[in-house]
Amino acid sequence: MNRLSAENVTLAYDQRVIAEQLSVEIPDHSFTVIVGPNACGKSTLLRALSRMLRPSHGRVLLDGHVIQSMPAKKVARTLGLLPQSSIAPDGITVGDLVGRGRYPHQGLLRQWSAEDERVVREAMARTGVAELAERYVDELSGGQRQRVWIAMALAQQTPLLLLDEPTTYLDIQHQIDVLDLCAELHEEQGRTLVAVLHDLNHAARYATHLIALKSGRVVAEGAPNDIVTAELVEEVFGLRCQVIDDPETGTPLVVPAARKARAAVATEAS
Amino acid sequence: MLRAPGGLSLRLDVRAVTVVVLLLLAALAASVVLIGTGDFPIPAGDVVRTLLGDGNAGQEFIVNELRLPRVLVGLLVGASLGLGGALFQAVTRNPLGSPDVLGLGQGATAGALVMIVLFSGSAAQVTVGALVGGLATGLAIYLLAWKRGVHGYRLVLVGIGVSAIVTAVNGYLLTVSDIVDAARALVWMTGSLNGRDWEQVWPLLGVCAVLVPLVLAGGRGLRMMEMGDDVANALGVRVERVRALLMVAAVLLVATATAAAGPVGFVSLTAPQLARRLTRSPGPNLLPSLCMGAALLVTADWASQRAFGADQLPVGVVTGVLGGVYLLWLLVAERRAGRI
Repeated sequence: MNRLSAENVTLAYDQRVIAEQLSVEIPDHSFTVIVGPNACGKSTLLRALSRMLRPSHGRVLLDGHVIQSMPAKKVARTLGLLPQSSIAPDGITVGDLVGRGRYPHQGLLRQWSAEDERVVREAMARTGVAELAERYVDELSGGQRQRVWIAMALAQQTPLLLLDEPTTYLDIQHQIDVLDLCAELHEEQGRTLVAVLHDLNHAARYATHLIALKSGRVVAEGAPNDIVTAELVEEVFGLRCQVIDDPETGTPLVVPAARKARAAVATEAS
Repeated sequence: MLRAPGGLSLRLDVRAVTVVVLLLLAALAASVVLIGTGDFPIPAGDVVRTLLGDGNAGQEFIVNELRLPRVLVGLLVGASLGLGGALFQAVTRNPLGSPDVLGLGQGATAGALVMIVLFSGSAAQVTVGALVGGLATGLAIYLLAWKRGVHGYRLVLVGIGVSAIVTAVNGYLLTVSDIVDAARALVWMTGSLNGRDWEQVWPLLGVCAVLVPLVLAGGRGLRMMEMGDDVANALGVRVERVRALLMVAAVLLVATATAAAGPVGFVSLTAPQLARRLTRSPGPNLLPSLCMGAALLVTADWASQRAFGADQLPVGVVTGVLGGVYLLWLLVAERRAGRI
């Protein structure tokens, strides 16, 4: 049985239902990426998996327990989250921010140990921000800042790590940078990663397991090579395209059909 | 800046601890000087000797019965306001989310005015009225602004709205009151430490003794909440629970302080900001804010007595001037040093 799963969950904000009867398994030691059009419920699903949102029906299970019923710090030692909305406090240094990732391992009487120190150093080295340790977070570029937040999540030392659109607002070089880092964490440390990504080609290139969502239900899931086809992209995103082999990695590469070709099909259909 | 080799958090902690110690010393020194100030000046050495139980009978009466309770009320009120302000500002992530701006002081005033004007209540009843008024205002703001957690600006706007309504009610109560009650109400509303005795000390001390340790223990969660609710949740903080608990504590602290000394302006707004600038440390700075509030209030009380004579100028006026000027000066100095 996998460590993290959602069973028949209904996800809603107040009265607005985003997904009903949704079931998802996150394969252990996978790099799972959730894709889908805007408002398909992918971030909502991630929020439910990370217990930020309580399902109105169904349950999210972590290691066989309903996640809401577990002690908060215990969950935080098992499952980390890099949310979209994080605020760097005024005047905080990189080292201090990363150090805050140790919170779930600390208590009122044990506030900072040599182990904390070591883990924080390692997290900063891992993400390439070690030389920024004394700098203020507000002075950093967007790409550096995202690395710092990832370092904080790493300092939490969780076998599962969830990332909500970790590449948003970054330029292409930093997007690849962050994704490479995720791939390393997955391959070298055997962590289970779950990310929501906008870019289908990035998803197909980096994911070992892909979940395609549309209107709150799973349309397809599996290895990118097995499931990413022109039909699937058309069904999920409503976009006509070709799927070819990525010349670099051999993974599926989605090439949207030319505007005129799409327009011709649209006229034909009507 | 102090730097411990290899210490990530130590560097900031050393500075914060230094600030706390210095502020405590400042508050104590100001207290001793304040006890010695008045119609019968007593040298600081004699004050300390008397406090330690080794003074002559006359000094003992003046120090222990007349002036010590007043100073203690000042220290406790300042500490409560500083801590309450720091909690509010941290939870709303907004310096404007202070009890001053949100109308808690006005709410407490309304409670006191109802007792004075409508019931001609005793001093104790007025205190209870102020407490109830403050708590009711806190509850009203909570109910109106708390939709899926507090959003900084929403809370501030609701607070300003509530504050405007309560101020209008206060104005109405004053106009319908007779002249004796109105005079009494005005004295209360200026926020001063005049004539405070042991009766005011004990409830304040009790509230502080219970709430301060509780709040400081919850402060670690609050520090995580600075980074946003999601990050704090992900780190294992029960955000809603911690927030509700700390807000109740903050409202209690501010309401009790206001019930004891009247609405002393500006301390809860400025003390956390000043403390933060002195420690230069992120986080809610709860303990430094508490010490800053105490030091600020006692110093302000001393300054008002020094400059205008005993009991001429209410301390609330001076805290506003002193705290405001100091904050502006710090902001200017910070900008010059390029730290903003």
